[in-house]
Amino acid sequence: MTFFWQNLVNALQWGSFYALIALGYSMVYGILMLFNFAHGDIFMVGAYIGFGAAAGITALASMGGFALPNWVILVLTIIISMFLTSFVGILVERVGYRPLREAPRASAAITGLMIGIILETGNLALLGARRVSFPALIKSTTYNLGGVYVTNKKIMIVGVSLMLMLGLHQFVRRTKYGMAMRAMAFDYVVVPLMGVSINTIAAMTFAIGSALAAAAGILFGIAYPVLDPYMGIVFGWKAFVAAILGGRGSILGATLAGFLLGFIEIFVAMIFPSTLRDLIAYTIILLILTFRPHGFFGEPYSARLRL
Amino acid sequence: MEADSGDLFEKMKLLLKKIRNSFSRVPLIGWLLGALIAVVLEYSLGESLADILMLPKIPVLFGFVIMLKKPLLIPSVIIFVLLIYALPISAVARLSAPLTNRLAAKLFSLPILISVVIHLGLLYAVLHLWSDISAYRVLTLKLTLIAVMVTLSLNVVNGYMGEFSCSHPGFMALGAYGASVVTVFLFANDKLFGTAILPSALGPFIFPLALIIGGMVAALGALFIAIPSFRTRGDYLAIISLAFMFIVKSMIENLEIVGGPRGLSSQPDYAGLPTVFLWTVACIWIINNFVRSTLGKALNAIRDDEMAANAMTVNTRRTKIVAFLFAAFWAGVAGGLFAHVLRYVNPGTFGLQKLAEVLAMVYFGGLNSVYGSIVGAVSLSLLSEALRPLEIFKWIIIPLLLILVMIYRPTGLIAFKEFNVMNLLKPKPMPEKED
Repeated sequence: MTFFWQNLVNALQWGSFYALIALGYSMVYGILMLFNFAHGDIFMVGAYIGFGAAAGITALASMGGFALPNWVILVLTIIISMFLTSFVGILVERVGYRPLREAPRASAAITGLMIGIILETGNLALLGARRVSFPALIKSTTYNLGGVYVTNKKIMIVGVSLMLMLGLHQFVRRTKYGMAMRAMAFDYVVVPLMGVSINTIAAMTFAIGSALAAAAGILFGIAYPVLDPYMGIVFGWKAFVAAILGGRGSILGATLAGFLLGFIEIFVAMIFPSTLRDLIAYTIILLILTFRPHGFFGEPYSARLRL
Repeated sequence: MEADSGDLFEKMKLLLKKIRNSFSRVPLIGWLLGALIAVVLEYSLGESLADILMLPKIPVLFGFVIMLKKPLLIPSVIIFVLLIYALPISAVARLSAPLTNRLAAKLFSLPILISVVIHLGLLYAVLHLWSDISAYRVLTLKLTLIAVMVTLSLNVVNGYMGEFSCSHPGFMALGAYGASVVTVFLFANDKLFGTAILPSALGPFIFPLALIIGGMVAALGALFIAIPSFRTRGDYLAIISLAFMFIVKSMIENLEIVGGPRGLSSQPDYAGLPTVFLWTVACIWIINNFVRSTLGKALNAIRDDEMAANAMTVNTRRTKIVAFLFAAFWAGVAGGLFAHVLRYVNPGTFGLQKLAEVLAMVYFGGLNSVYGSIVGAVSLSLLSEALRPLEIFKWIIIPLLLILVMIYRPTGLIAFKEFNVMNLLKPKPMPEKED
């Protein structure tokens, strides 16, 4: 039984990365009916910006001659990285998606993919091919809860992700902008006629999604402190799968599906040889989608959707 | 001064128009003749001309690589390209236009098959002589032709049927492994499958069969996507096909019998340039006929409105199955050729990067168009070879180019254009005077 709980803890951590990234996909999808295929690479950029911010703050603090506690650095890093990365998201929207709003959807998918490649290569050109290691901002301590080992990092990662998700939920439910987003997701043809600018809302959606991806990037850097320019590809596509699995445009669905994907991957790797992980995980997803073609919370294909 | 430059500009425009007009009368066979003469020139004189111009060797890809590596040599490369390619091709094409037009008219009156075979023969001669200069050219040419096949087959699903299928690397992998297993099992002394079973003299005759088996394996795999496609389309199908691609890759990685993640090597060397060329021609011919048939038009109907198509007696399920299986078959054949050209495959080749590459070729060239696929595949493969000296900056320039194309021509360069062989081959006599 401890075996199960131990893996449950690991899966929660792994799933929270997927969930945070999948949220970005899902929100953009809800508004524009388009997937932002550069999102995985925005996650990567977020992690790198976080790395730069953490290093920069530490250097500044030591230059000023005062020592900041690590948690302050961490909080500052997360805030700075989320803030800066949201501009990357806005840029992606402005360059790759706004000119293509009326074009076939696949064209926008291609521009997204290409922006992703540019981000990867740009990073490679700027920083070189060596991997950088994320500074250890948290000293790892392990708690033993009845045979299950939990590190404070894991608690923090899951906690921060849940907080961010709750925050997003509150934002979408309670604020005026959130209401505008929901309205836009409901009908993007009529709502702009009511005085809500689709450009503002779309840019905002990209910004929020990118900020969440940046947070995921930093959390990932804390858990697995090796960053490389291509780390966003696999994560991005898997989170894309999670976003679809959750149902298009559904925030709750994306969160749940992100965690589910994490659970599937961790448990498959525990029970079977780990080389079979992708095989079994994707077979399960294929089966789910075959029998539930619209994901968990998605609405069935309808004429309203721009397909 | 201002008026002067405007005048000059107008003059230039007129001149350009005149040149274009005079070249618009050259039939295809004239261009082929010009190209043939250019490659013959290069074959016989290229070496010495390169010496005179102080080039280390004949520029392999029209000098792009040399120009990017050693900017000092740019003038000599330009002179070389002008002397060997641009001048002879344009001069021969232009000057022989009356002659080639008469020839084209004569050929045009013959059965179309003969005319096509003659044109293809000329084209092959050009390609063969061109690629004979270096092994690098042969490899580039083969991979380009294979890219044409893959792009075309993906265009059937993504362009003509309007789905967003991400599974083509998976189909290619199935085809590559299917064909490789057959040939390695039968004709190669290999660690995995033991000694050869059949004499190697039979090899080239069995090879097409092996490719077809590879295609069939891929088509069988396509059933896993075709059947879910009855119930869903768009993004969910994209995910299903993406999952399929991951599954295939992961499955091959776990199959120790075909080498697992280390890959499968020692394929016999059957995929020469003629073989690849013939398969590519067959692929273009068959796919072009397919998309112009009733079934092909049914694909368009499904893309535009599935429900209406169904109401208009289009059997949507059958059409979808046929389209997926057909596209997968050709992707599989292309994969088989790919494996035999490189004589080594590993599952890592058929991943997300391949997917991005193939998708880029389809959407760059143009949806719903055989021309577009050919143009997209050829231009992107050559471009990525030509920009190789730029190293990683290549992967900034090519995506930027694609983004620009998507923004200004969202359906690709040459979209929705029929590939009409008759139109291509017909003579182009003097146009009637127009004012």
